[in-house]
Amino acid sequence: MSAILKIRAVDERSKYDFESQLRRRGIELPPLSIDTLQVNITKLCNQVCRHCHVDAGPQRREMLSPEGIARCLEILERHPQIAKLDITGGAPELHPGFDAFVEKAAALGKHVMVRHNLTVQLDGHPQTGQSKEYLPQFFAKNRVEVISSLPYYQEYFTDAQRGSGVFKKSMEGMRRLNREGYGIEGSGLLLNLVYNPVGPYLPAGQASLEADYKRELKDKFGLAFNHLFIMTNMPINRFKLHLDKSGQYEAYMEKLLAAFNPAAAAGVMCRSLLSVDHEGRLYDCDFNQMLEMDAVDAKGTKLTIFDFDFARALQRPIRFGDHCFGCTAGAGSSCGGATA
Amino acid sequence: MSNYYESEDLKKFGDIGQHAKSLADDFFKYYGHATGTDGALSKREKALIALAVSHAQKCPYCIDAYTTQCLETGANPEQMMEAVHVAAVMQAGITLVHSVQMQNHLKKMVL
Repeated sequence: MSAILKIRAVDERSKYDFESQLRRRGIELPPLSIDTLQVNITKLCNQVCRHCHVDAGPQRREMLSPEGIARCLEILERHPQIAKLDITGGAPELHPGFDAFVEKAAALGKHVMVRHNLTVQLDGHPQTGQSKEYLPQFFAKNRVEVISSLPYYQEYFTDAQRGSGVFKKSMEGMRRLNREGYGIEGSGLLLNLVYNPVGPYLPAGQASLEADYKRELKDKFGLAFNHLFIMTNMPINRFKLHLDKSGQYEAYMEKLLAAFNPAAAAGVMCRSLLSVDHEGRLYDCDFNQMLEMDAVDAKGTKLTIFDFDFARALQRPIRFGDHCFGCTAGAGSSCGGATA
Repeated sequence: MSNYYESEDLKKFGDIGQHAKSLADDFFKYYGHATGTDGALSKREKALIALAVSHAQKCPYCIDAYTTQCLETGANPEQMMEAVHVAAVMQAGITLVHSVQMQNHLKKMVL
């Protein structure tokens, strides 16, 4: 599979009209707060996952500039309301300014979360070969919350989605994190895993799946973690391409639509976070970012980190598209797991 | 329509209510209660049982539906294949246990 796909805009004539669904049900979803700044600092990744909504891979070059990182830190410093920094990618650790970004945000007293794919510890930098084996100690030193995708507690599903050999490397990555205290009760070091289906179906219940993961990973590999977050696959980019090619797009959208849950809608993550791209543009979420649906203020002006105004951002109308049905299906889906 | 068992027909399952709505309503309520809820058995266990029955009854609609349901309740391919093997050995066992009847009759027929 090609690492870079053409980003497709949302079809405005889509029959899966999320906003119509909200209107029909009398649901309004204005922003409630901005408690998290989620920054996608690079699309470079050591992996090429088949469902990746970022279309990340080893050939990508996009990086947030040093000025962009400095501006994010300034925003975090000026706004105590934004208590959390969620750093994502790509593999965000491959950005040359990653370590300093984490250290400075932690020094500001922010809760720093890193979307860490586990394998980059062993693979290192795909372009320079630079080792990333120091990451578990670095994370622990900065009290980072580590959030790692593991689509199943077995090799078959994991490698099918994330590439051959990823499961074994992920187990080793978890082992090294556990050794630093991550996922171990009482350490205060959080290691949370993310489950998402390996195809066009909805996730199982979060609590039952978490229990399965804990039992199986402990029994078979002696590994521990804190919580499992379930996420639904968004029908965009690589996953949408798969749906289109396999003739399953309509059926998947019908499934998401049929499973629309108003309680899940109320908890969608775009109501409490802002997403930043590698150019400093702002979005309502990482999925909108990949669709280039910029966050806009009440007058329709695009928002960026370079002219950031908290009140203006909080009053923005959240932009929705047909992919939003992915966040409102069943128990709901977000970067923090189920929402209902 | 050129074939029996069109996969698109699975979506029409609800149409069995035509001409007999109240009976269909009763069935779907019972069906949903029996298969779609956690009870003494979990939804996953029920999905695996239904997958095994689907194979034993050779219903392609049910095989598709319960393969998906197994995945959506967190089952894995090993569990799903074991369920199908249970169906298979039950069918084999049912065939073989009837040989007792054959042997009984054989004894009557042989001097």
